[in-house]
Amino acid sequence: MNSSRVPIIILYLTLVFLVGPFLVVFIAAFGGEPTLKFPPTSFSTQWFTKVFEVESFRSSFLTSLGLGLMSTSLALALGIPVAYALSRFRLPGAVVIQTVLTSPALVPGLVVGLALLQYFINLGGSVYPSLLAAHTALLLPYVVRVVSTSLINLKPDIEEAAISLGASRLTAFRLVVLPNIRGGVAAAAVLAFITSFDQVAVSLFLTGPGVSTLPISMLTFMEYNYDPTIAALSTLLIIFSIGLVLVFERVLGLSRYV
Amino acid sequence: MSHLQLDHLHLRYGNAPAVEDLNLEVQDGELVSLLGPSGCGKTTTMRAVAGLLAPAGGTITLGGQDITRLPANRRDIGLVFQSYALFPHLSTFENVAFGLRLRKVQDAELRRRVGDALEVVGLSEFAARLPANLSGGQQQRVALARAIVIEPRLLLLDEPLSNLDAKLRLDMRGELRRIQRELGVTMLYVTHDQDEALALSDRIVIMRAGRIEQQGTPEQVYARPGTPFVADFMGWQNILSAGNVPEPLRRTHPAATHFAWRPESVTLGAGPTSGRVLARTYQGEHLEFLLDSPLGRVKAFAPVTAQWAEGSELTFTLPPERAAALRDA
Repeated sequence: MNSSRVPIIILYLTLVFLVGPFLVVFIAAFGGEPTLKFPPTSFSTQWFTKVFEVESFRSSFLTSLGLGLMSTSLALALGIPVAYALSRFRLPGAVVIQTVLTSPALVPGLVVGLALLQYFINLGGSVYPSLLAAHTALLLPYVVRVVSTSLINLKPDIEEAAISLGASRLTAFRLVVLPNIRGGVAAAAVLAFITSFDQVAVSLFLTGPGVSTLPISMLTFMEYNYDPTIAALSTLLIIFSIGLVLVFERVLGLSRYV
Repeated sequence: MSHLQLDHLHLRYGNAPAVEDLNLEVQDGELVSLLGPSGCGKTTTMRAVAGLLAPAGGTITLGGQDITRLPANRRDIGLVFQSYALFPHLSTFENVAFGLRLRKVQDAELRRRVGDALEVVGLSEFAARLPANLSGGQQQRVALARAIVIEPRLLLLDEPLSNLDAKLRLDMRGELRRIQRELGVTMLYVTHDQDEALALSDRIVIMRAGRIEQQGTPEQVYARPGTPFVADFMGWQNILSAGNVPEPLRRTHPAATHFAWRPESVTLGAGPTSGRVLARTYQGEHLEFLLDSPLGRVKAFAPVTAQWAEGSELTFTLPPERAAALRDA
Protein backbone atom coordinates (compact mmCIF):
# COMPACT_ATOMS: atom_id res chain seq x y z
CA MET A 1 0.00 0.00 0.00
CA ASN A 2 1.17 3.48 -0.79
CA SER A 3 2.00 4.98 2.61
CA SER A 4 1.18 8.51 1.44
CA ARG A 5 -2.48 7.42 1.39
CA VAL A 6 -2.48 6.81 5.14
CA PRO A 7 -3.43 10.36 6.14
CA ILE A 8 -6.23 10.34 3.57
CA ILE A 9 -7.58 7.07 4.94
CA ILE A 10 -7.43 8.48 8.46
CA LEU A 11 -9.29 11.54 7.19
CA TYR A 12 -12.16 9.44 5.86
CA LEU A 13 -12.31 7.23 8.95
CA THR A 14 -12.46 10.35 11.12
CA LEU A 15 -15.25 11.70 8.95
CA VAL A 16 -17.28 8.50 9.42
CA PHE A 17 -16.55 8.64 13.14
CA LEU A 18 -17.80 12.25 13.35
CA VAL A 19 -20.77 12.05 11.03
CA GLY A 20 -21.87 8.53 12.03
CA PRO A 21 -23.80 9.48 15.17
CA PHE A 22 -25.48 12.31 13.29
CA LEU A 23 -26.62 9.87 10.59
CA VAL A 24 -28.06 7.52 13.22
CA VAL A 25 -30.03 10.38 14.77
CA PHE A 26 -31.08 11.67 11.37
CA ILE A 27 -32.38 8.28 10.21
CA ALA A 28 -34.04 7.48 13.54
CA ALA A 29 -35.92 10.79 13.38
CA PHE A 30 -37.87 9.49 10.40
CA GLY A 31 -38.89 6.23 12.11
CA GLY A 32 -42.58 5.32 12.14
CA GLU A 33 -42.50 3.43 15.47
CA PRO A 34 -43.66 5.13 18.70
CA THR A 35 -40.30 4.45 20.35
CA LEU A 36 -36.82 5.48 19.21
CA LYS A 37 -35.34 2.63 17.20
CA PHE A 38 -32.42 2.13 14.85
CA PRO A 39 -32.67 1.19 12.12
CA PRO A 40 -36.37 2.13 11.90
CA THR A 41 -38.72 -0.28 10.11
CA SER A 42 -41.22 2.28 8.86
CA PHE A 43 -41.16 5.91 7.71
CA SER A 44 -42.88 8.97 9.20
CA THR A 45 -42.36 12.73 9.41
CA GLN A 46 -44.84 13.14 12.27
CA TRP A 47 -42.09 13.68 14.89
CA PHE A 48 -40.98 16.87 13.20
CA THR A 49 -44.51 18.20 13.63
CA LYS A 50 -44.56 17.05 17.21
CA VAL A 51 -41.36 18.94 18.03
CA PHE A 52 -43.25 22.18 17.51
CA GLU A 53 -46.21 21.01 19.60
CA VAL A 54 -44.21 20.42 22.77
CA GLU A 55 -44.64 23.60 24.78
CA SER A 56 -41.46 23.16 26.83
CA PHE A 57 -39.40 22.98 23.62
CA ARG A 58 -40.95 26.13 22.23
CA SER A 59 -40.39 28.24 25.34
CA SER A 60 -36.96 26.82 26.16
CA PHE A 61 -35.81 27.31 22.55
CA LEU A 62 -36.61 31.00 22.90
CA THR A 63 -34.87 31.07 26.28
CA SER A 64 -31.77 29.41 24.84
CA LEU A 65 -31.78 31.68 21.80
CA GLY A 66 -32.07 34.82 23.93
CA LEU A 67 -29.57 33.55 26.45
CA GLY A 68 -27.13 32.60 23.69
CA LEU A 69 -27.39 35.98 21.97
CA MET A 70 -27.13 37.95 25.20
CA SER A 71 -24.29 35.97 26.75
CA THR A 72 -22.40 36.05 23.43
CA SER A 73 -22.83 39.83 23.22
CA LEU A 74 -21.68 40.27 26.81
CA ALA A 75 -18.74 37.92 26.36
CA LEU A 76 -17.67 39.88 23.25
CA ALA A 77 -18.12 43.22 25.01
CA LEU A 78 -15.83 42.05 27.82
CA GLY A 79 -13.59 39.67 25.92
CA ILE A 80 -12.47 42.00 23.11
CA PRO A 81 -11.06 44.68 25.46
CA VAL A 82 -9.51 41.93 27.61
CA ALA A 83 -7.84 40.32 24.58
CA TYR A 84 -6.69 43.77 23.43
CA ALA A 85 -5.14 44.55 26.81
CA LEU A 86 -3.42 41.16 26.91
CA SER A 87 -1.96 41.48 23.44
CA ARG A 88 -0.97 45.16 23.47
CA PHE A 89 0.27 45.98 26.94
CA ARG A 90 3.05 44.34 28.89
CA LEU A 91 1.19 43.61 32.09
CA PRO A 92 2.88 42.32 35.19
CA GLY A 93 1.83 38.69 35.68
CA ALA A 94 0.48 38.39 32.15
CA VAL A 95 0.90 34.62 32.16
CA VAL A 96 -1.13 34.22 35.36
CA ILE A 97 -3.85 36.53 34.03
CA GLN A 98 -3.98 34.58 30.80
CA THR A 99 -4.28 31.29 32.67
CA VAL A 100 -7.04 32.61 34.90
CA LEU A 101 -8.98 34.01 31.96
CA THR A 102 -8.88 30.74 30.07
CA SER A 103 -9.33 28.38 33.00
CA PRO A 104 -13.11 27.76 32.92
CA ALA A 105 -12.57 26.12 29.55
CA LEU A 106 -10.28 23.61 31.23
CA VAL A 107 -12.33 22.86 34.36
CA PRO A 108 -15.12 20.25 33.99
CA GLY A 109 -18.50 21.85 33.40
CA LEU A 110 -20.13 20.17 36.39
CA VAL A 111 -17.52 21.69 38.71
CA VAL A 112 -18.08 25.12 37.20
CA GLY A 113 -21.84 24.66 37.51
CA LEU A 114 -21.60 23.70 41.17
CA ALA A 115 -19.21 26.55 41.90
CA LEU A 116 -21.45 29.07 40.16
CA LEU A 117 -24.51 27.71 41.97
CA GLN A 118 -22.86 28.39 45.33
CA TYR A 119 -21.77 31.77 44.08
CA PHE A 120 -25.21 32.86 42.89
CA ILE A 121 -27.05 31.43 45.88
CA ASN A 122 -24.85 33.58 48.07
CA LEU A 123 -25.58 36.57 45.86
CA GLY A 124 -29.26 35.75 46.03
CA GLY A 125 -29.70 36.20 42.29
CA SER A 126 -32.79 35.11 40.42
CA VAL A 127 -32.65 32.36 37.78
CA TYR A 128 -32.30 34.22 34.49
CA PRO A 129 -29.60 36.74 35.50
CA SER A 130 -27.67 33.88 37.14
CA LEU A 131 -27.85 31.85 33.93
CA LEU A 132 -26.79 34.85 31.88
CA ALA A 133 -23.85 35.61 34.15
CA ALA A 134 -22.79 31.96 34.23
CA HIS A 135 -22.94 31.59 30.45
CA THR A 136 -21.06 34.83 29.93
CA ALA A 137 -18.31 33.66 32.28
CA LEU A 138 -18.20 30.35 30.47
CA LEU A 139 -17.89 31.91 27.00
CA LEU A 140 -15.33 34.52 27.95
CA PRO A 141 -12.28 32.23 27.66
CA TYR A 142 -13.26 31.21 24.12
CA VAL A 143 -13.71 34.81 23.07
CA VAL A 144 -10.43 35.92 24.67
CA ARG A 145 -8.54 33.09 23.00
CA VAL A 146 -9.90 33.51 19.49
CA VAL A 147 -9.77 37.32 19.49
CA SER A 148 -6.24 37.30 20.98
CA THR A 149 -5.04 35.17 18.11
CA SER A 150 -6.38 37.70 15.60
CA LEU A 151 -4.85 40.59 17.52
CA ILE A 152 -1.43 38.96 17.77
CA ASN A 153 -1.42 38.55 13.99
CA LEU A 154 -2.21 42.25 13.55
CA LYS A 155 0.88 44.44 13.86
CA PRO A 156 0.52 47.24 16.42
CA ASP A 157 2.21 49.74 14.11
CA ILE A 158 -0.96 50.29 12.08
CA GLU A 159 -2.56 51.68 15.24
CA GLU A 160 0.39 53.99 15.71
CA ALA A 161 0.05 55.06 12.08
CA ALA A 162 -3.63 55.86 12.67
CA ILE A 163 -2.78 57.80 15.83
CA SER A 164 -0.09 59.80 14.04
CA LEU A 165 -2.72 60.70 11.44
CA GLY A 166 -4.93 62.18 14.15
CA ALA A 167 -6.95 59.28 15.57
CA SER A 168 -7.45 58.79 19.29
CA ARG A 169 -6.66 55.31 20.59
CA LEU A 170 -10.37 54.49 20.61
CA THR A 171 -10.89 55.80 17.08
CA ALA A 172 -7.83 53.86 15.92
CA PHE A 173 -9.31 50.74 17.47
CA ARG A 174 -12.66 51.31 15.78
CA LEU A 175 -11.35 52.30 12.33
CA VAL A 176 -8.24 50.19 12.04
CA VAL A 177 -8.15 47.32 14.54
CA LEU A 178 -11.76 46.17 14.54
CA PRO A 179 -12.13 45.88 10.73
CA ASN A 180 -9.00 43.75 10.64
CA ILE A 181 -10.03 41.34 13.39
CA ARG A 182 -13.67 41.04 12.39
CA GLY A 183 -13.08 37.50 11.14
CA GLY A 184 -11.75 36.52 14.56
CA VAL A 185 -14.61 38.30 16.29
CA ALA A 186 -17.16 36.52 14.09
CA ALA A 187 -15.52 33.17 14.76
CA ALA A 188 -15.52 33.91 18.48
CA ALA A 189 -19.21 34.88 18.28
CA VAL A 190 -20.24 31.68 16.49
CA LEU A 191 -18.17 29.52 18.81
CA ALA A 192 -19.51 31.32 21.88
CA PHE A 193 -23.13 31.15 20.75
CA ILE A 194 -22.98 27.45 19.96
CA THR A 195 -21.22 26.78 23.28
CA SER A 196 -23.97 28.61 25.15
CA PHE A 197 -26.73 27.01 23.11
CA ASP A 198 -25.35 23.50 23.75
CA GLN A 199 -24.52 24.06 27.38
CA VAL A 200 -25.86 21.36 29.73
CA ALA A 201 -23.59 20.98 32.74
CA VAL A 202 -23.66 24.54 33.99
CA SER A 203 -27.28 25.17 33.06
CA LEU A 204 -28.32 22.02 34.91
CA PHE A 205 -27.46 23.66 38.21
CA LEU A 206 -28.78 27.09 37.44
CA THR A 207 -32.09 26.55 35.67
CA GLY A 208 -35.01 26.85 38.03
CA PRO A 209 -38.75 27.17 38.19
CA GLY A 210 -40.18 28.58 34.98
CA VAL A 211 -36.83 29.04 33.26
CA SER A 212 -35.26 26.22 31.29
CA THR A 213 -32.87 26.08 28.39
CA LEU A 214 -33.45 23.84 25.40
CA PRO A 215 -30.82 21.18 26.28
CA ILE A 216 -32.28 20.93 29.80
CA SER A 217 -35.82 20.60 28.40
CA MET A 218 -34.58 17.88 26.09
CA LEU A 219 -33.04 16.05 29.03
CA THR A 220 -36.25 16.34 31.02
CA PHE A 221 -38.34 15.27 28.01
CA MET A 222 -36.21 12.17 27.53
CA GLU A 223 -36.77 11.09 31.10
CA TYR A 224 -40.47 10.59 30.36
CA ASN A 225 -40.68 10.07 26.60
CA TYR A 226 -38.74 7.74 24.38
CA ASP A 227 -40.27 8.51 21.00
CA PRO A 228 -38.31 9.86 17.99
CA THR A 229 -39.35 13.48 18.75
CA ILE A 230 -36.00 13.97 20.43
CA ALA A 231 -34.20 12.66 17.32
CA ALA A 232 -36.23 15.01 15.13
CA LEU A 233 -35.37 17.95 17.37
CA SER A 234 -31.69 16.95 17.35
CA THR A 235 -31.75 16.86 13.56
CA LEU A 236 -33.26 20.34 13.42
CA LEU A 237 -30.62 21.63 15.87
CA ILE A 238 -27.78 20.20 13.84
CA ILE A 239 -29.16 21.83 10.70
CA PHE A 240 -29.54 25.09 12.66
CA SER A 241 -25.88 24.97 13.77
CA ILE A 242 -24.60 24.20 10.30
CA GLY A 243 -26.80 26.95 8.87
CA LEU A 244 -25.42 29.41 11.39
CA VAL A 245 -21.82 28.65 10.46
CA LEU A 246 -22.64 28.83 6.74
CA VAL A 247 -24.37 32.20 7.09
CA PHE A 248 -21.41 33.64 8.98
CA GLU A 249 -19.06 32.15 6.43
CA ARG A 250 -20.99 33.83 3.60
CA VAL A 251 -21.52 37.18 5.25
CA LEU A 252 -18.16 37.66 6.93
CA GLY A 253 -15.91 35.24 5.11
CA LEU A 254 -14.72 33.44 8.24
CA SER A 255 -12.21 31.26 6.46
CA ARG A 256 -10.48 34.29 4.98
CA TYR A 257 -9.49 35.48 8.43
CA VAL A 258 -9.38 32.46 10.71
CA MET B 1 14.60 79.71 16.33
CA SER B 2 14.85 76.22 15.03
CA HIS B 3 11.82 74.29 13.88
CA LEU B 4 12.31 71.20 16.02
CA GLN B 5 14.26 71.38 19.20
CA LEU B 6 15.08 68.62 21.66
CA ASP B 7 16.44 69.88 24.97
CA HIS B 8 18.06 67.56 27.50
CA LEU B 9 15.87 64.72 26.33
CA HIS B 10 15.99 61.58 28.47
CA LEU B 11 14.21 58.47 27.25
CA ARG B 12 13.76 55.07 28.78
CA TYR B 13 12.99 51.82 27.08
CA GLY B 14 11.30 49.72 29.73
CA ASN B 15 13.49 50.47 32.71
CA ALA B 16 16.74 50.84 30.82
CA PRO B 17 17.87 54.30 29.78
CA ALA B 18 17.83 54.46 25.99
CA VAL B 19 18.67 58.09 25.35
CA GLU B 20 20.49 60.40 27.74
CA ASP B 21 20.61 64.17 27.68
CA LEU B 22 20.02 64.54 23.96
CA ASN B 23 20.11 68.03 22.48
CA LEU B 24 19.20 68.48 18.86
CA GLU B 25 17.95 71.23 16.58
CA VAL B 26 16.38 70.84 13.16
CA GLN B 27 15.84 73.93 11.01
CA ASP B 28 12.70 74.59 8.97
CA GLY B 29 12.84 72.63 5.71
CA GLU B 30 15.96 70.73 6.73
CA LEU B 31 16.46 67.00 6.25
CA VAL B 32 18.34 65.58 9.21
CA SER B 33 19.35 61.94 9.52
CA LEU B 34 19.76 60.10 12.78
CA LEU B 35 22.40 57.56 11.90
CA GLY B 36 23.67 54.75 14.06
CA PRO B 37 23.70 51.01 14.67
CA SER B 38 20.64 49.27 16.10
CA GLY B 39 20.17 50.02 19.76
CA CYS B 40 21.78 53.47 19.58
CA GLY B 41 18.51 55.19 20.48
CA LYS B 42 17.65 56.68 17.10
CA THR B 43 14.25 55.01 16.74
CA THR B 44 13.45 55.66 20.39
CA THR B 45 14.19 59.35 19.82
CA MET B 46 11.92 59.39 16.79
CA ARG B 47 9.09 57.72 18.71
CA ALA B 48 9.39 60.36 21.42
CA VAL B 49 9.17 63.15 18.83
CA ALA B 50 6.08 61.43 17.37
CA GLY B 51 4.53 61.25 20.83
CA LEU B 52 4.45 57.46 20.94
CA LEU B 53 6.84 57.40 23.88
CA ALA B 54 6.72 59.78 26.86
CA PRO B 55 10.13 61.25 27.72
CA ALA B 56 11.54 60.62 31.18
CA GLY B 57 12.93 64.14 31.07
CA GLY B 58 13.60 67.13 28.84
CA THR B 59 11.45 69.02 26.38
CA ILE B 60 10.44 68.75 22.73
CA THR B 61 9.60 71.98 20.96
CA LEU B 62 8.04 72.12 17.48
CA GLY B 63 7.59 75.44 15.70
CA GLY B 64 8.02 77.28 18.98
CA GLN B 65 5.35 75.22 20.76
CA ASP B 66 6.25 72.90 23.63
CA ILE B 67 4.78 69.56 22.51
CA THR B 68 6.41 67.39 25.19
CA ARG B 69 3.03 66.55 26.73
CA LEU B 70 0.87 66.93 23.62
CA PRO B 71 -0.86 63.64 22.67
CA ALA B 72 0.51 61.97 19.53
CA ASN B 73 -2.75 62.39 17.61
CA ARG B 74 -2.63 66.20 17.99
CA ARG B 75 0.97 66.77 16.94
CA ASP B 76 0.41 66.93 13.16
CA ILE B 77 3.57 64.91 12.63
CA GLY B 78 3.68 62.53 9.67
CA LEU B 79 5.14 59.10 10.29
CA VAL B 80 6.52 56.58 7.80
CA PHE B 81 7.34 53.15 9.20
CA GLN B 82 9.88 50.57 8.15
CA SER B 83 7.00 48.11 7.77
CA TYR B 84 4.87 50.76 5.94
CA ALA B 85 1.98 49.98 8.36
CA LEU B 86 -0.69 50.45 5.71
CA PHE B 87 -4.27 49.73 6.71
CA PRO B 88 -4.81 46.32 5.09
CA HIS B 89 -8.59 46.70 4.74
CA LEU B 90 -8.49 50.06 2.97
CA SER B 91 -7.67 50.89 -0.65
CA THR B 92 -4.71 53.07 -1.57
CA PHE B 93 -7.10 56.02 -1.86
CA GLU B 94 -8.67 55.42 1.55
CA ASN B 95 -5.29 54.84 3.19
CA VAL B 96 -4.17 58.25 1.98
CA ALA B 97 -7.54 59.84 2.79
CA PHE B 98 -7.49 58.52 6.39
CA GLY B 99 -5.93 61.58 8.02
CA LEU B 100 -8.07 63.98 6.00
CA ARG B 101 -11.31 62.18 6.93
CA LEU B 102 -10.36 62.49 10.60
CA ARG B 103 -9.86 66.20 9.97
CA LYS B 104 -13.34 66.39 8.44
CA VAL B 105 -12.01 67.74 5.14
CA GLN B 106 -14.84 68.26 2.66
CA ASP B 107 -15.28 65.69 -0.08
CA ALA B 108 -14.17 67.81 -3.06
CA GLU B 109 -11.06 69.06 -1.30
CA LEU B 110 -10.32 65.58 0.03
CA ARG B 111 -10.40 64.12 -3.48
CA ARG B 112 -8.14 66.85 -4.78
CA ARG B 113 -5.59 66.50 -1.99
CA VAL B 114 -5.48 62.70 -2.09
CA GLY B 115 -5.16 62.91 -5.89
CA ASP B 116 -2.28 65.38 -5.57
CA ALA B 117 -0.48 63.25 -2.98
CA LEU B 118 -0.83 60.12 -5.11
CA GLU B 119 0.49 62.05 -8.08
CA VAL B 120 3.54 63.22 -6.12
CA VAL B 121 4.44 59.61 -5.35
CA GLY B 122 3.43 58.42 -8.83
CA LEU B 123 0.61 56.09 -7.81
CA SER B 124 -2.44 57.77 -9.36
CA GLU B 125 -3.51 54.68 -11.26
CA PHE B 126 -3.34 52.45 -8.18
CA ALA B 127 -5.90 54.36 -6.12
CA ALA B 128 -8.39 51.49 -5.99
CA ARG B 129 -5.95 48.74 -5.04
CA LEU B 130 -5.66 47.13 -1.63
CA PRO B 131 -2.18 47.17 -0.04
CA ALA B 132 -1.89 43.38 -0.44
CA ASN B 133 -1.95 43.89 -4.21
CA LEU B 134 0.88 46.42 -4.26
CA SER B 135 4.63 45.79 -4.43
CA GLY B 136 6.88 46.76 -1.53
CA GLY B 137 8.02 49.90 -3.30
CA GLN B 138 4.44 50.91 -4.07
CA GLN B 139 3.39 50.28 -0.48
CA GLN B 140 6.20 52.51 0.66
CA ARG B 141 4.94 55.27 -1.64
CA VAL B 142 1.41 54.92 -0.26
CA ALA B 143 2.82 55.22 3.27
CA LEU B 144 4.64 58.38 2.21
CA ALA B 145 1.58 59.86 0.48
CA ARG B 146 -0.53 59.08 3.54
CA ALA B 147 1.93 60.96 5.75
CA ILE B 148 2.42 64.03 3.53
CA VAL B 149 -1.23 64.54 2.57
CA ILE B 150 -2.04 65.94 6.03
CA GLU B 151 0.62 68.61 5.43
CA PRO B 152 2.49 67.65 8.58
CA ARG B 153 4.60 70.13 10.49
CA LEU B 154 7.32 67.49 10.53
CA LEU B 155 7.83 64.22 8.69
CA LEU B 156 9.47 61.33 10.51
CA LEU B 157 10.80 58.35 8.59
CA ASP B 158 11.99 55.22 10.36
CA GLU B 159 14.27 53.14 8.11
CA PRO B 160 11.75 53.59 5.29
CA LEU B 161 13.87 51.92 2.64
CA SER B 162 15.36 48.98 4.50
CA ASN B 163 12.73 46.48 3.36
CA LEU B 164 13.29 47.25 -0.32
CA ASP B 165 15.75 45.53 -2.61
CA ALA B 166 19.01 47.30 -3.49
CA LYS B 167 17.99 48.85 -6.80
CA LEU B 168 14.59 50.02 -5.62
CA ARG B 169 16.26 51.47 -2.56
CA LEU B 170 18.42 53.71 -4.74
CA ASP B 171 15.42 54.83 -6.81
CA MET B 172 13.34 55.59 -3.73
CA ARG B 173 16.24 57.48 -2.16
CA GLY B 174 16.23 59.88 -5.08
CA GLU B 175 12.43 60.11 -4.97
CA LEU B 176 12.47 60.97 -1.27
CA ARG B 177 14.98 63.72 -1.84
CA ARG B 178 12.93 65.13 -4.72
CA ILE B 179 9.69 65.05 -2.73
CA GLN B 180 11.31 66.63 0.29
CA ARG B 181 12.65 69.48 -1.88
CA GLU B 182 9.36 69.84 -3.74
CA LEU B 183 7.26 70.12 -0.60
CA GLY B 184 9.86 71.86 1.55
CA VAL B 185 8.85 69.64 4.45
CA THR B 186 11.13 69.31 7.47
CA MET B 187 12.27 65.72 7.80
CA LEU B 188 13.86 63.62 10.48
CA TYR B 189 15.18 60.46 8.92
CA VAL B 190 16.25 57.41 10.93
CA THR B 191 18.66 54.98 9.30
CA HIS B 192 21.57 52.65 9.97
CA ASP B 193 22.78 52.93 6.38
CA GLN B 194 25.54 55.54 6.00
CA ASP B 195 25.23 55.68 2.19
CA GLU B 196 21.55 56.53 2.54
CA ALA B 197 22.30 59.20 5.14
CA LEU B 198 25.10 60.70 3.04
CA ALA B 199 22.98 60.83 -0.11
CA LEU B 200 19.84 62.27 1.48
CA SER B 201 20.74 64.52 4.33
CA ASP B 202 21.40 68.18 4.81
CA ARG B 203 22.86 67.18 8.14
CA ILE B 204 23.78 63.86 9.73
CA VAL B 205 23.56 63.17 13.44
CA ILE B 206 25.52 60.07 14.39
CA MET B 207 24.26 58.39 17.52
CA ARG B 208 25.96 55.87 19.74
CA ALA B 209 24.58 54.27 22.91
CA GLY B 210 21.92 56.92 23.45
CA ARG B 211 24.13 59.94 22.84
CA ILE B 212 25.12 62.08 19.88
CA GLU B 213 28.64 61.13 18.84
CA GLN B 214 29.08 63.70 16.08
CA GLN B 215 26.97 65.83 13.77
CA GLY B 216 27.58 67.82 10.65
CA THR B 217 26.98 68.01 6.91
CA PRO B 218 27.52 64.75 5.00
CA GLU B 219 30.84 66.15 3.75
CA GLN B 220 31.96 66.96 7.27
CA VAL B 221 31.19 63.61 8.88
CA TYR B 222 32.51 61.70 5.89
CA ALA B 223 35.77 63.60 5.47
CA ARG B 224 36.44 64.61 9.05
CA PRO B 225 35.29 61.97 11.50
CA GLY B 226 36.04 62.96 15.07
CA THR B 227 36.04 59.61 16.82
CA PRO B 228 37.01 56.01 15.96
CA PHE B 229 33.31 55.07 16.08
CA VAL B 230 32.33 57.64 13.46
CA ALA B 231 35.40 56.86 11.36
CA ASP B 232 34.49 53.18 11.36
CA PHE B 233 30.88 53.97 10.46
CA MET B 234 32.00 56.21 7.58
CA GLY B 235 34.24 53.59 6.00
CA TRP B 236 37.61 54.61 7.41
CA GLN B 237 38.58 50.99 7.58
CA ASN B 238 42.13 51.41 8.86
CA ILE B 239 42.06 52.75 12.39
CA LEU B 240 45.38 52.66 14.20
CA SER B 241 45.95 53.65 17.79
CA ALA B 242 48.25 56.65 18.12
CA GLY B 243 51.09 54.51 19.52
CA ASN B 244 51.43 52.68 16.20
CA VAL B 245 51.72 55.84 14.13
CA PRO B 246 55.04 57.50 13.11
CA GLU B 247 56.28 60.19 15.47
CA PRO B 248 55.90 63.32 13.23
CA LEU B 249 52.18 62.69 12.63
CA ARG B 250 51.62 62.10 16.32
CA ARG B 251 53.37 65.37 17.15
CA THR B 252 51.09 67.46 14.92
CA HIS B 253 47.99 66.04 16.68
CA PRO B 254 49.01 65.61 20.31
CA ALA B 255 45.44 65.07 21.50
CA ALA B 256 44.63 62.27 19.04
CA THR B 257 44.14 58.76 20.42
CA HIS B 258 43.75 57.14 17.00
CA PHE B 259 44.51 57.84 13.35
CA ALA B 260 42.53 56.52 10.44
CA TRP B 261 42.99 56.06 6.69
CA ARG B 262 40.47 55.14 4.06
CA PRO B 263 41.46 52.06 2.00
CA GLU B 264 41.74 54.22 -1.13
CA SER B 265 44.28 56.48 0.65
CA VAL B 266 46.80 53.73 1.27
CA THR B 267 49.61 53.74 -1.30
CA LEU B 268 50.77 50.24 -2.22
CA GLY B 269 54.15 49.28 -3.67
CA ALA B 270 56.33 51.85 -1.99
CA GLY B 271 56.90 53.08 1.52
CA PRO B 272 58.38 52.45 4.90
CA THR B 273 56.20 49.56 6.04
CA SER B 274 56.09 46.07 4.64
CA GLY B 275 53.16 43.72 4.70
CA ARG B 276 52.02 40.36 3.45
CA VAL B 277 48.90 39.96 1.32
CA LEU B 278 46.33 37.92 3.27
CA ALA B 279 43.49 38.33 0.80
CA ARG B 280 43.00 39.83 -2.61
CA THR B 281 39.38 40.56 -3.50
CA TYR B 282 38.05 41.74 -6.84
CA GLN B 283 35.45 44.48 -6.36
CA GLY B 284 34.70 45.60 -9.90
CA GLU B 285 36.13 49.10 -9.81
CA HIS B 286 39.25 48.09 -7.88
CA LEU B 287 41.04 45.31 -6.04
CA GLU B 288 40.92 45.16 -2.29
CA PHE B 289 44.05 43.94 -0.49
CA LEU B 290 44.04 42.84 3.10
CA LEU B 291 47.58 43.13 4.49
CA ASP B 292 49.18 41.78 7.60
CA SER B 293 51.80 44.26 8.80
CA PRO B 294 53.63 45.31 11.97
CA LEU B 295 51.00 48.08 12.31
CA GLY B 296 48.20 45.54 12.30
CA ARG B 297 45.79 44.56 9.54
CA VAL B 298 45.53 47.14 6.79
CA LYS B 299 42.98 47.33 4.00
CA ALA B 300 43.94 49.01 0.75
CA PHE B 301 42.44 49.51 -2.68
CA ALA B 302 44.54 49.22 -5.82
CA PRO B 303 43.77 49.43 -9.55
CA VAL B 304 42.47 46.17 -11.03
CA THR B 305 45.75 45.87 -12.93
CA ALA B 306 47.74 45.34 -9.70
CA GLN B 307 49.63 42.07 -9.77
CA TRP B 308 50.39 41.20 -6.11
CA ALA B 309 49.23 37.68 -5.31
CA GLU B 310 47.98 36.35 -2.01
CA GLY B 311 50.95 35.51 0.21
CA SER B 312 53.34 37.95 -1.47
CA GLU B 313 55.22 40.68 0.40
CA LEU B 314 54.97 44.34 -0.49
CA THR B 315 55.62 47.75 1.00
CA PHE B 316 53.05 50.45 1.59
CA THR B 317 52.61 54.01 2.84
CA LEU B 318 49.96 55.53 5.08
CA PRO B 319 50.22 59.15 3.81
CA PRO B 320 50.13 61.53 6.80
CA GLU B 321 48.28 64.22 4.81
CA ARG B 322 45.36 61.82 4.27
CA ALA B 323 45.06 60.71 7.87
CA ALA B 324 42.11 61.58 10.10
CA ALA B 325 43.13 62.39 13.66
CA LEU B 326 40.59 60.87 16.04
CA ARG B 327 39.86 61.24 19.69
CA ASP B 328 38.06 58.49 21.52
CA ALA B 329 35.11 60.01 23.27
